[in-house]
Amino acid sequence: MLFARNHRTIGLQYFFLSLGSVVLGLVLSLLMRFHLVHPESTLPGVGDIPPELYLAFLTMHGTLMVFFVLTLAPQAAFGNLFLTAQLGTEEMAFPILNMLSFWTTALSLAIMVLAFFATGGGPLSGWTAYPPLSAAGGVAGPGQGAGQTLWLIAIAVFCLATLMSAINFITTTIELRAPGMSLMRMPLTCWNWFITAILSLLAFSVLLPSVLLLLADRLAGTSFFLPSGLLIADQALPNQGGSPLLWEHLFWFFGHPEVYIAILPGMAVVSHVIATFSRRPVFGYRAMVYAALSIGFLGLLVWGHHMFISGINPYSAIAFSVLTLIIAVPSSIKTLNWIATAWGGELRLTTSMLFALGFVSLFITGGLSGLFLGQPVLDQYFHDTTFVVAHFHIIMGVAAIFGIFAATFYWFPLMFGRMLNERLGKLHFYLTFIGAYAIFLPMHFTGFAGNPRRYADLTSFQFLAPLLPIHVWMTDAAYLTAAVQVLFLVNLFWSMKRGAPAVRNPWQATTLEWAQGPVGVVYRGPCDYGVTGTAKDYLMQHEAEPCPKP
Amino acid sequence: MVLGSLLGALVVVACTLFLHPPAWFPSAITLAGQQYDRQFLLTLWVSALIFLIAHLFLISLTLPFRRKVLHPRFEFVWTFIAVLLFSGLALTGTRIWAGVRTDPIPPGAVRVEVLAHQFAWSFRSPGPDGKFGRTALKYVNDPAGNPFGVDPSDPAGRDDVTTATLTVPAGRDIILMLRSRDVIHDFFVRELRLKQDAVPGMDIPYRFRADIPGIYEIACSELCGLGHSQMRSTLAVVREAVR
Repeated sequence: MLFARNHRTIGLQYFFLSLGSVVLGLVLSLLMRFHLVHPESTLPGVGDIPPELYLAFLTMHGTLMVFFVLTLAPQAAFGNLFLTAQLGTEEMAFPILNMLSFWTTALSLAIMVLAFFATGGGPLSGWTAYPPLSAAGGVAGPGQGAGQTLWLIAIAVFCLATLMSAINFITTTIELRAPGMSLMRMPLTCWNWFITAILSLLAFSVLLPSVLLLLADRLAGTSFFLPSGLLIADQALPNQGGSPLLWEHLFWFFGHPEVYIAILPGMAVVSHVIATFSRRPVFGYRAMVYAALSIGFLGLLVWGHHMFISGINPYSAIAFSVLTLIIAVPSSIKTLNWIATAWGGELRLTTSMLFALGFVSLFITGGLSGLFLGQPVLDQYFHDTTFVVAHFHIIMGVAAIFGIFAATFYWFPLMFGRMLNERLGKLHFYLTFIGAYAIFLPMHFTGFAGNPRRYADLTSFQFLAPLLPIHVWMTDAAYLTAAVQVLFLVNLFWSMKRGAPAVRNPWQATTLEWAQGPVGVVYRGPCDYGVTGTAKDYLMQHEAEPCPKP
Repeated sequence: MVLGSLLGALVVVACTLFLHPPAWFPSAITLAGQQYDRQFLLTLWVSALIFLIAHLFLISLTLPFRRKVLHPRFEFVWTFIAVLLFSGLALTGTRIWAGVRTDPIPPGAVRVEVLAHQFAWSFRSPGPDGKFGRTALKYVNDPAGNPFGVDPSDPAGRDDVTTATLTVPAGRDIILMLRSRDVIHDFFVRELRLKQDAVPGMDIPYRFRADIPGIYEIACSELCGLGHSQMRSTLAVVREAVR
């Protein structure tokens, strides 16, 4: 059971691994919010929060959320659970590799937690780990010794796990589709898991060697990222000729696709949830596929927009900017298509549908702040302010989490044979939706005022003092939003055991994971809703002819 | 219905914040900063409009009336509008960026070297002779006031002035040469609407002309270690004495 090779079990393992990580990450964010507004207060059991501990919280929060939640839950958890079923096949291509990739991920998480408790303090250079801070070793300050080394090892192990998983997803999608399941008949979820797997393969295979080079700089005395003439804490370093910018290029070549790795599966879930609960076909199915493909492709070409003010050539900033704003076009096509799918349909506002519509709202809001950050001239002010924090939390954090919630409520009947409680679920949605905006809308405004991010306290600058009331508000909103998540946990664990038993296809969906018994041949695309002339208003993908009216 | 009211409340709150922002930019003290503000407001209006329209659509989804199914042509129209809007923003923004970042350095600019180090800023002016003295790592001595490591044997360096705060004349072109000797830092002055990383191993120019005298805070904006949030200095823009 523990070392299961069955993809459904592995999917659930990933699901609970992410759930544990997200709880940890959430607690860390609350500790940070607490410290920001009460810099003098101590924590029971922890004591003082010195700046290095705050930065270790920050690093661990970002790392857990980006790698162990947003990379795993949408892709590895739900992908393993439903990819094969949606393709109409029985097994993933490489079951043993699948089991190995989960346990490699678990090992990585264990090393990451160890890093936090390393002697000399947890790593504090953020999830981006820019050298020389991350490369110079213990001389660069607390947390830059064993903690940073373990962090890098954990990420390297994580890369291996993700690469194994990506190969599995790609092969399964290409090789094991049911007869008749042509690419253009695949559910959008399969498409986006496929695209995400390709992105993972390309992005993590760059991150892995980069992390190894950084480890070599730390442990073997190489100088890939360390230039000559470094003088850290009165100590001259012997390194020669490396470049910190090289790391930034390599890291963001991974880091930007990573954003799409986090959000693409959620986008597809939202498409199908909206279609199912509007009883309408996905508006512009082909356009959605092409938009996802072009988002994935362009996502590989825009890493430089994280580096507008890093010292790169200003002309290349212009190129990266234009490419970045081009991504806004397929993104807005997707947004239009979500709204257009629901338009003209009869909406069934289940919890899953609510989270999907909430996702659309967040995607619009978070996408629009991208219009500011994609312009190098505006980024000159906004770079590394809380405006950026608000932007990526809304679009990559909360929106992706809403995608995960929508997926959980939608697929729960297939995961545990029971239904989640809808009343509790809706209450959870309403409060989370209010809470997320209550935290992150005001954060844009502290960004307007120039509030730098990754500041352990707001006391050293005159211009930060007037922002304190906004920070107090955001902290209070964060407490409430975090507390509300208990509703979800209660709902999840209670419904797993005690929820109402689920019927076979409770949402009357068309895709194959809801099919009764073996699938056979696939006859149609994934969105035949609103079918007339039959007893029901939809046709599942393996249904050959419309059922005659009784 | 609850969803509709929530989205409605979101729109009302967003509009209120838009009209009465709880925090805002300080006024710009450079011409480029004013261009920045115009580009920012243009982007803000475009995105506010899209936000409003998109959310009105979302709200109307929850209202109990029949909506006609959308024609696929709608997709092309919207794509066309999106391309137009986004490329328009890219164009106008790029013009300002190019002005700040790629125009040739004007002659007669005042040169100042900026050194970032954990967790302080140092500034060096060439003094009356207009020449910077040679520097070397072995001469670096922070307690003795020589963070740059100016070579004491170089006559050009004798009159160099090293300070912990930056003072520049108003109305003159200033070229800062940004350096770091340990980790990556970032030089950020809100009133200049400019930000630039200081990267070890690189000399990165940073150009501005401040017109409004005053004292402004310099904040490090790239995570540099435990003292990051205390890495502060000031920029004083002063009227030049009448000669």
